[in-house]
Amino acid sequence: MNGPQIVRLPEHIVEIVSDAGEGAQKAAVSFAQVCAKAGNGLWTVEIIPSEIQPPPHTTGSASGNRIRLAERGNVTNVGNLANVVFAFNEMALLSRLQAESVAPDALFLIDDQWATHDVEAYRKSYREVLEQVRKGGGTVIEVPLEKETQKHVDDTRRGKNMFAVGMLCALYSKELEILREVVRNVFKKKTRKVVDTAVKLATAGYEYGLANFETRFEIPALPTDKSMVAMNGNTALAIGAVAAGFDLCSMYPITPATSASHVLSDIFEDFGGFVHQAEDEIAAIGVALGASYAGKTAITITSGPGMALKTEFQGLAVMTETPLVIVDVQRGGPSTGLPTKIEQGDLLHSLYGTPGDAPKVVMAASTIEECYYILSTARKIAEEFRMLVIVLSDANLATGQQLFVRPDVSKTPRRPPLDLSPVADDALPYDWDPVTGLSQRLIPGQPGGMGVITSLNHDRNGKACYDSERNQRGHQMRSRKLAALQKSLQPPAIHGAEEGDLLLIGWGSTRGTIEEAVDMARAEGSNVSSVNIQFLSPLPPGLKKIFSRFQKVMTVELNYSDDWDDPLINAESRRYGQLAWLLRAATLIDIDCYAKVPGRPLMPVEIYNEIQKHLEEGAKPGKEKTAAQKEGN
Amino acid sequence: MATIIEECLEETCSMGAHTLEDYESEMPRWCKGCGDHGVLAALQRVLRKNNIDPENVVSVSGIGCSSRLPHYMNTYGFHGIHGRALPISTGVRLARPELKVIVTMGDGDCFSIGGNHWLHAIRYNIDAVVLVLDNEVYALTKMQVSPTSPEGTKTNTTPKGTYLRPMNPLSIVAGMTNVSFIAQSATWLPSHLDETIEKAWDHKGLSFVRILQRCPVFMPSAFGEGGLNYPVTFLENESGIPVHPGLLKRGPSKPHNHFDLNDAQRVAATVDPAPMGLIYHNPELPTYEEIRAGRCKRPDHETFIKRLDGVLDRFAV
Repeated sequence: MNGPQIVRLPEHIVEIVSDAGEGAQKAAVSFAQVCAKAGNGLWTVEIIPSEIQPPPHTTGSASGNRIRLAERGNVTNVGNLANVVFAFNEMALLSRLQAESVAPDALFLIDDQWATHDVEAYRKSYREVLEQVRKGGGTVIEVPLEKETQKHVDDTRRGKNMFAVGMLCALYSKELEILREVVRNVFKKKTRKVVDTAVKLATAGYEYGLANFETRFEIPALPTDKSMVAMNGNTALAIGAVAAGFDLCSMYPITPATSASHVLSDIFEDFGGFVHQAEDEIAAIGVALGASYAGKTAITITSGPGMALKTEFQGLAVMTETPLVIVDVQRGGPSTGLPTKIEQGDLLHSLYGTPGDAPKVVMAASTIEECYYILSTARKIAEEFRMLVIVLSDANLATGQQLFVRPDVSKTPRRPPLDLSPVADDALPYDWDPVTGLSQRLIPGQPGGMGVITSLNHDRNGKACYDSERNQRGHQMRSRKLAALQKSLQPPAIHGAEEGDLLLIGWGSTRGTIEEAVDMARAEGSNVSSVNIQFLSPLPPGLKKIFSRFQKVMTVELNYSDDWDDPLINAESRRYGQLAWLLRAATLIDIDCYAKVPGRPLMPVEIYNEIQKHLEEGAKPGKEKTAAQKEGN
Repeated sequence: MATIIEECLEETCSMGAHTLEDYESEMPRWCKGCGDHGVLAALQRVLRKNNIDPENVVSVSGIGCSSRLPHYMNTYGFHGIHGRALPISTGVRLARPELKVIVTMGDGDCFSIGGNHWLHAIRYNIDAVVLVLDNEVYALTKMQVSPTSPEGTKTNTTPKGTYLRPMNPLSIVAGMTNVSFIAQSATWLPSHLDETIEKAWDHKGLSFVRILQRCPVFMPSAFGEGGLNYPVTFLENESGIPVHPGLLKRGPSKPHNHFDLNDAQRVAATVDPAPMGLIYHNPELPTYEEIRAGRCKRPDHETFIKRLDGVLDRFAV
């Protein structure tokens, strides 16, 4: 027989899905590691059901991962439609078709056991789904996953995944030795027997693939002389928190934030820190605040509903000017919403969810790499400005994996011991600089600094007061710190040309997707650029100037906005995306938005299509045009 | 007992000894006749007696009349939000176990809005003196029902009288895992209150002290017009809170083994007459900060960097 046909590709998107508990997640992580070690750039996204054990063999039970592989070092987003789906049963496969995340002409690998299964309903649905796939233009390869795995283990639920990884590695022409090393590493905490079986299965899958696949893919790695790491955003946050010098993480479990505290719980004590799991979200921030007041560096990590519970204490942090960093790993809302899925719905809540007028710093991480570095910045701002700093991440960053340049730990700043030298007896807890609002922070244990900080309005000496003049002054001083911080910020970098027809503005994890869409459009000659905003409060300087150089400005966000076509919607009633809302208020520019809540990351092609639509509508601001049309109806 | 001469000698000979004034701040702005004044004075006396540096004390509170106490102490103070003094205190202790923490709360503050934190702080057994000033009514918000208001109490939110029987906080605390110190005293028994707070101060762990007091404005009738005829029993034990002979005018005393949790739970469940004194004491229980913060030593910079590099190794590709 002739050798297999080798197809060289610049990139590919692979999805692996099984019933929950069958290990597709672990298979995907292993596969991603093999690819990363081979030098591919990657970005992964978890596909997870909302229950621990949903009914098996249903679309709701599909669990797995999407892996975008490329020859480039820096893959920044989830990509478009998947090219390959490896499904352990046809319902898992069907769930991916329903999610509309797969290219119709994709390659589908599926376990063939269902074709001859005892249960007739399975045989029937298997036939039907395969027929649907083929009709859509897909190629199906039926693989003896169950049968082959049975040769090596009794419980195939605990073995199929490794056989599958072996097959995928063969399909993508990876080296067997790297695969074996990764599998050994993935199971390193298990017994020798488990490790050996896993390696044996992966090898068998690999050999099966080599012997049977007629077409194989090759995504060459671009050589790099830099050391790289691959991890998800929550891991990056956790290790970043250690590097940033935090002493204590106080938290309450909530998806999708929790895994950051798992990583910290594992490593933090070696660095002199520890994780306190509090009795509730309120206590979690309270403990962090108390620790920070006492002079240590504390963080609390949560997600939307937890943020809501923490708002009262956030107000206290603002009022007492106690440094504090909160990470909000956003998920779909409102209420319990979509616990495992992505949304960017907490921006305005972060800015304004606190009782009264509570100025605070709000930042957003836009890549997994940034999750590592952002906490150092957040910590410095919190301590230097005595402010509450909220760092927004989201489920996309939290659970996705990205390859990035290994951080240089030698640059980790040395931590001086707590300065408890005495202060003058007349030192005041709020010795506000009249211009910047900044003041010296007094720490318990410092002789001379005794005094009270209080949630009540207070004057410079911390005493409660209720008169209008000193109330106005307190607000002024807390607010001016934001302006002082804004003075030190740079205008955001523009991706693309400095001026043009359309400017897209995003924040957080949509950055890579937006930039890729802009690149697609620019390659065709469109005058489109984009900006990612890292500081949401205070906003960076120069926005108005940047916006004025574009015919049309619109935000791209994963939150809700009304469509112009919706009944009742006109220019006055329309609810805008949250960043659009904020920027419209800040700049008085008629900023439009493409904001939606699909519960999954946006694909570059979706944004690209939106760009085309807006460019076709012409250079005039689309909103006005559409609104005018609407009123004419 | 120290003689007057010994006390004088102590005061003049120990260099840098603190005076009561060292712990006093602005003039308290509580109502005339409020029991809070007595608690403040007792606390300042304990600090003075132990010659504590004011800068090493953090007085934490929530919201309510009693929670104004940090403002009147010349120590570090954190006047927080309603019900949340205990999480803040836990944070302070975990961060800086060398600091002394005093927590003052009201009955609504601790038992109602802060109920969850109350139970869990006991479970953590942080080393702090926790004083709940219980006047059986919400006073700062002008007379609403409290979890400890006696059945039938008329308040602005229960104009026809409360429908529910009062909670017994002592019984609840005595049922918590890891409870290490429970005592009860009253502001109308000043010498007993002093001794109780002193005992609480000496305990390593969370000292939970319920202090009965009346609100002269909104609940003047509480505890029989301020304890004049309120039925109490003093718990007697040589390692407990001393029952000075003068106290026996207010009620009888009875022997009590405060080291026995079963005995403590029985006594804690008694509401009439109210037990006064040390109800439970376990000086052996480790504190949360010993267990957690104590084992986390920050390595030197070079080791820190090496370990951080080791963590990144796990994710290297």
